[in-house]
Amino acid sequence: MELILIPLISAALAYGAGHKLNRSLAFALSLIPGVVALLFGVHSIDVPWFSDDIRLALNPSGWGNLMLLLTNFLVPVIVLAGWREGEKFSLQVALTLFMQAALNGVFMAQDGLTFYIFWELALIPIYFLALLFSEGDRFAVTLKFFLYTFLGSLTMLASLMYLYSLTSVGDDGHHSFAYTALQAVELSTTEGFWVGLGLFLAFAVKIPLMPFHAWQSDTYTQAPAGATMLLSGIMLKMGLYGLFVWFIALAPESLHYELVPEWFDFRDLIMVMGLTGLLYGAFIAMRQSDAKRLIAFSSLSHVGLIAMAMLTLKSDGVNGAVLQMWVHGVNAVGLFLVVDLIERRLGHRDLDQMGGFAKSSPFFAATALVIVLGTVAVPLTNGFPGEFLMLKAVFNTGTGYCGVLAALTIIFCAVYMLRFFQLAFMGPEKGSLSTLEWNEKLALLIIGAAVLYTGVQPQIILDMIQSNTDSWLNAIAESGGILS
Amino acid sequence: MNTVFQQVDISHYIYLSTVLFSIGLFGVLFRRNAIVLLMCIELMLNSVNLLLTALSTYMGDAGGQLFVFFIMVVAAAEAAVGLAILVMVYRNTRNTTVNFLSNLKG
Amino acid sequence: MNLYILLALPLLGFTINGLFGKQLPKFVVGALASSLVFIPFVLALTLWSEVKDAAIVSQPFTFLQVGDLNIEFKLMLDRLSLIMTLIITGIGTLIHLYSMAYMADDAGYYKFFAYLNLFIFNMLILVLGANFMMLFFGWEGVGLCSYLLIGFWYHNPDFGYAARKAFVMNRIGDLGLLLGLFMIIQHFGSLDYQVVFSEIAKVSHPQWVYTSIAVLLFVGAMGKSAQIPLYTWLPDAMAGPTPVSALIHAATMVTAGVYLVVRSEVLYALAPMARDLILYVGLATSLLAAFIGLKQNDIKKVLAYSTVSQLGLMFIALGCGAYSAAMFHLATHAFFKALLFLGSGSVIHGMHHEQDFRKMGGLRKAMPLTYVTFLIGTLAISGFPFLSGFFSKDEILLHTFHHSPWVYGLSVFSAGLTGIYMFRMFFLTFHGNYRNDHYAFEKVHESPLLMTIPLMVLAVLSIAGGLLNLPHYLSHSNSEALAHWLEPLFVFGDAAVHVEPSTEWALLGVAVSVFVIAFFWMRQKYVVQGQVAENDDQMTGSAKLLAHKFYVDELYDSLFAKPLQALGAWTYRVLDRKGFVAFTDLMGKVTQWKGQTLARIQSGNIELYLIIMVLAAALMLGIELFA
Repeated sequence: MELILIPLISAALAYGAGHKLNRSLAFALSLIPGVVALLFGVHSIDVPWFSDDIRLALNPSGWGNLMLLLTNFLVPVIVLAGWREGEKFSLQVALTLFMQAALNGVFMAQDGLTFYIFWELALIPIYFLALLFSEGDRFAVTLKFFLYTFLGSLTMLASLMYLYSLTSVGDDGHHSFAYTALQAVELSTTEGFWVGLGLFLAFAVKIPLMPFHAWQSDTYTQAPAGATMLLSGIMLKMGLYGLFVWFIALAPESLHYELVPEWFDFRDLIMVMGLTGLLYGAFIAMRQSDAKRLIAFSSLSHVGLIAMAMLTLKSDGVNGAVLQMWVHGVNAVGLFLVVDLIERRLGHRDLDQMGGFAKSSPFFAATALVIVLGTVAVPLTNGFPGEFLMLKAVFNTGTGYCGVLAALTIIFCAVYMLRFFQLAFMGPEKGSLSTLEWNEKLALLIIGAAVLYTGVQPQIILDMIQSNTDSWLNAIAESGGILS
Repeated sequence: MNTVFQQVDISHYIYLSTVLFSIGLFGVLFRRNAIVLLMCIELMLNSVNLLLTALSTYMGDAGGQLFVFFIMVVAAAEAAVGLAILVMVYRNTRNTTVNFLSNLKG
Repeated sequence: MNLYILLALPLLGFTINGLFGKQLPKFVVGALASSLVFIPFVLALTLWSEVKDAAIVSQPFTFLQVGDLNIEFKLMLDRLSLIMTLIITGIGTLIHLYSMAYMADDAGYYKFFAYLNLFIFNMLILVLGANFMMLFFGWEGVGLCSYLLIGFWYHNPDFGYAARKAFVMNRIGDLGLLLGLFMIIQHFGSLDYQVVFSEIAKVSHPQWVYTSIAVLLFVGAMGKSAQIPLYTWLPDAMAGPTPVSALIHAATMVTAGVYLVVRSEVLYALAPMARDLILYVGLATSLLAAFIGLKQNDIKKVLAYSTVSQLGLMFIALGCGAYSAAMFHLATHAFFKALLFLGSGSVIHGMHHEQDFRKMGGLRKAMPLTYVTFLIGTLAISGFPFLSGFFSKDEILLHTFHHSPWVYGLSVFSAGLTGIYMFRMFFLTFHGNYRNDHYAFEKVHESPLLMTIPLMVLAVLSIAGGLLNLPHYLSHSNSEALAHWLEPLFVFGDAAVHVEPSTEWALLGVAVSVFVIAFFWMRQKYVVQGQVAENDDQMTGSAKLLAHKFYVDELYDSLFAKPLQALGAWTYRVLDRKGFVAFTDLMGKVTQWKGQTLARIQSGNIELYLIIMVLAAALMLGIELFA
C-alpha cells in the first residue's frame, strides 16, 4: 500500500515545488518508496472498493516482488539522469513518480479489476510525458501508441469480465474478481482460447511482440529519454508480467487450442512470434544508424527470446525469463541513458556522425562497455545467466531447430551492440563530450554495478522467484495438463 | 383516504398532461426561436411532473412525487445552462433562431 | 592452498591498474602487473608435487541453481590445468616484462596492463575451471580481452573493425560450444567435469549423442583456435600491439580449443566420427594457412598464418587421438611462437613501426640479439633437429603415419611449407641488403634489455623444450615425461603407436630432409641470389591467389556480411516501415476517413435532429407497446 501512496504524495510534492525542485531533492523523493519497502516491508491490503466483489487487493509476492524491486530501483535512476533539468523538470518528475505508483499497483494487484485500473493508470503519465516532450510528429506518434495499447487493454477487460461471470458464486451471492477466483475458473479449450486471446493481445501490444510492434520504434525514438526508459525498462515488463501472471496462469487452456489441427497450436504461435521478433529485431538493429532506434529494435529482439522461454513452461526457461525481465530492464535503461548522454552533448544521435568518445571520457566508455557487454550476455555480466537458462530451455524442449535459431541471437546481438559501441566510442574522435555531471556519473555507476552484481550473483534473484515459478508451473499443470 | 385531488377522475389528469406534452413537443419540433424551444421543453417536463404527481397520489406511493423534485432540479439547472448559452449565442449572432446554429455540422 | 588466490591476483592487478593506473608512475603499473602474474606462476610451481598425487579442488560457490541444474564456481588444479597454468603465467610474465619496454611511450600504458591482467585472469578461469561453465566463462572472457586488446589503438577504425570481427567470429564458435553445453546438461544432467566424464564412461548413450556433443564443442574450438572456416579473424587480430599477439594470439588463448578437446578426452574417444572431422579440419587448416603464409609480406601476418597452421597441426594430433602429442606441441609452440612474435615486435620497435619485411633486410648487424633469438625460434618451428619443435612435430607426424599414409604425406608437406615461409621471412628480414629508403639504417637500433631478456629466456625454452617429452629412442629413462604426466587423467588414453625402429628412423630422416630442403632453397633464393618478394601488382596466378589469402575474406563478405546487411536494411525499409508501420497507420487513416463520411449526418440542422429524436423515441415506444 505504501508503495502506492508514497509516490503519489511525492508526485504532488514534486509538482508543488515547481522551480524549487532540484535534482537531488527529486532523487531523494523517488528513493523513498524503495527504502521504506526494504526497511519495513510492504503491507498488503484487501478491502472492498467499488463493491464487495470488486476489491482493492494488493499483495506483493514472488515475481511481483522482483518487479517491485525493478520499478523502485529504476525510477530513481530515471529521475536521477533521465530528465534534463529545465523549466518543466518538476512536471516530468511528478509524472514519473505518478507512474511509479501506478506500476507498483500493477505488480501487486491480486484482483482483476484492481489490476486493470492500475494498468490503465500507468498509461496516463506516460501519455503526457510522451505527448508534451516528444520530438517530431509527437501528437500522431503518441496517439498511435495510446490507441494501440488502449485497444489491447479493452480486449483484456472483456476477457476479465467474462471470467468474472464464470467465477463460482460465494456465500454472499456474488461473483468475484479475486485473482484466485479467476484462476479457478475452468474453461474449455475453445473458450479458453478466446479469453486467452483477449488477455494476450493486451500484453502482446504492450511488450510488444512481433506483429504488434509498429508503435514501438517510433515512440521509443521520439519520446524523451526519461519516457523511453520508463517504457522500455518498466512498462515493457508490465506486458511480460501480465503474460505470465494474467494470461498463461488464467487461461492455460488456450495454449493448446489448435489453430491448425494436430500441428500448430496457440502456444506454437506465440513461440513463432517470439522467434520472428527475435530475428527481425536483430536484422534491423544491425543496420540502424539512429542509436535510439537501434536499441529499440534490440529490445524487440530480446523480449522475443523471453516470450519463447516463457512458453517452454519448463522451470529453467521460466526462471530464466523472469530473471531476464529484471536484467532487460536494467540494461535497456542503461543503454538509453548512454544514448541520451551522447545526444545531450552532440545534439544528435546519428552513429555515423560520432566516434572516439573513449578518448575524451574513459569513464563513460568503460561504464557504457559494461552495459553493452551485459546486453551481449557475456558471462559474469547480468545478461548471461538468464540467456543461458532461456536458450537451454528452448533448445532442450523438443524444438531443437527453434533453439538453434534462437541461439543465433548471441551472434547477432554481438554484431549490433559492438557496432554501436565501436561507432560511438572508438575510431577517430568526432565531437568531444564535455564532462559528465555528477548525477549522470552516479546513474551510470548504479547501472554498471547492477549489471556486474547480477552477473556474478544471479542466484539472489533466482531465490526470489523460484518458489513462485514452481507454484505457477504446478497451477498450469493442474488446469491445463500441458507439462509434458 | 379521499383528498380533494382524488375527487377528480384520474383520466382528466392524463388527458391534460398528454395535451400539455403534445403542445410542448410540437413546439419543440416546429418553432425556431430558441427561447420558445426552452419554454416548450419546460412545458413537457411539467406535463410529466403533473402526471407523476397525480398518479403518485392515486396510488398512494410517494416515490412519484420524489421524482418530481428531481425533475424540477434538473429542469432548473437545464434552464440556467440553456439560457446562459442562449445569452452568449445572442451576443455573438444577434439572433436566437436555432437554424443559424450549424457551426458544429460535420 | 586456496586456488582462488591464483585468480585473485591478476584480478587485483586489473582493478588497481584500471582504476588508479592513470595516477601511478608507469614503472609501478608495469611492475605491479608483471608481479601479479609472476606470483601465481610461482604458486603453481609449488603445487607441483601436491597436484602429482591428486587434483586440488577448491571450495565451490553456487552460481546458478535452478531445479536439478546446479552450476558452481569451482576450480580444479589437476595435471593438465597445471601445465596450462604454468604456460599461461610463465610466458605471461615474460610478455608483461617485455611490454613494459614495448609500450613505454603509449598513452594507454596503464590500460594495456589492466587488460593484460584481465586476460590472464580469464585464461586462468578457463583452464582452472572444474566445470564446463567455468570454462565457458573464461572462454568468453578471453574473447572479450582479445577484443579489447585488438582494438587497443581504437582511433584507427580498421583496428576496431578487426577487433569486432574477432569477437563475432569467436561468438559463432561460442554458439556451438553453448549448444554443446546444453546437450551435455540434457544428457548428463550436470556440467561438472568429474560428473560428466564419469557419466560418459559409465552410462552408454546412443552414438549420435557423443558425436553431436563432440562436434558442437569442436565448433567452439574452431572459433577460438582459428580453424577452418572460422580462422580469418586471427590474421586480422594482428592489429593489436605485438605483445598481445604473442600472448593471446599465439601462446595461450588460441590453444584453448586444444585444451578443450584434451580435457574432453573421454567424449572424443567415444566419438570417432568427430575425431575424423577434427583431423580433416586440422589438416585442411594447416595446409591452407601454410600456403597463404608463403606469400605474405607483413612480418606479423606470416607469423599469424603460421600460428593457424601450427594449430591445425595440433588438431591433426587430436584427430589421431594423440592428446599428449597435441599438448606437447602446444607447449613448444607457446615457447617458440611467443619468441618469434616478441622478436618481430623487437624488429618493429627497432624499425619504428614498419612491419613489411620487403622494406627491411640485413638487420642482423643492427639487432644482433634479436637476430640470434629469432634464428633460434625459426629453427625450432621449422623442425631443426633436437630443438623443441622438432620433437613435438615429429611425434605428431608419427601418429599421422600410423593413421594413414596420405594424412602423413600432407602433414609432412605442411611442415615443409612451415620451413619455407619461415626462412623466407627470416632471410628477407635479417639478411641481404637494407631496403628501406624512408628510415635510415643507422636509426635501426637494438631493443632495450627489458625486451631482449624475455627473448633470451624464450630462446632457451625453445631449444630445450623437447626435454618435456623426449622420444624413447633418445632416452630410455626420461622419455615421454609429458605423456606419462598426463596419462592418469585419461580414461581411454593416447592412441597407441607401434612402429618398427627402422620406420621410425626413416620418418626422422624424412623430417630432417624436408627441413634441409626448405632451408637451402630459401637461402639460395633470398640470400645467394638476393631476390626480394615481389610487389602486389607484379603478382600473377597462384601467387596472387595466395597473397590475397584465397579471397576467403571477400568470399565471406559477399556470402554472409553483405547479404545480412542488405537483409537488415530491407527488413527495416520495406518490411517494417512500408509493412507493419504503414499498415498500422493505414488503420488510423481508414478510421478517419470513415469518420468523415459518417460526420455528414451531423448536418447542423437542429430541427432535423429533434424530429429524428422524437421519431426514434416513438419507435421505441411502439416496439415496447406492440411488439
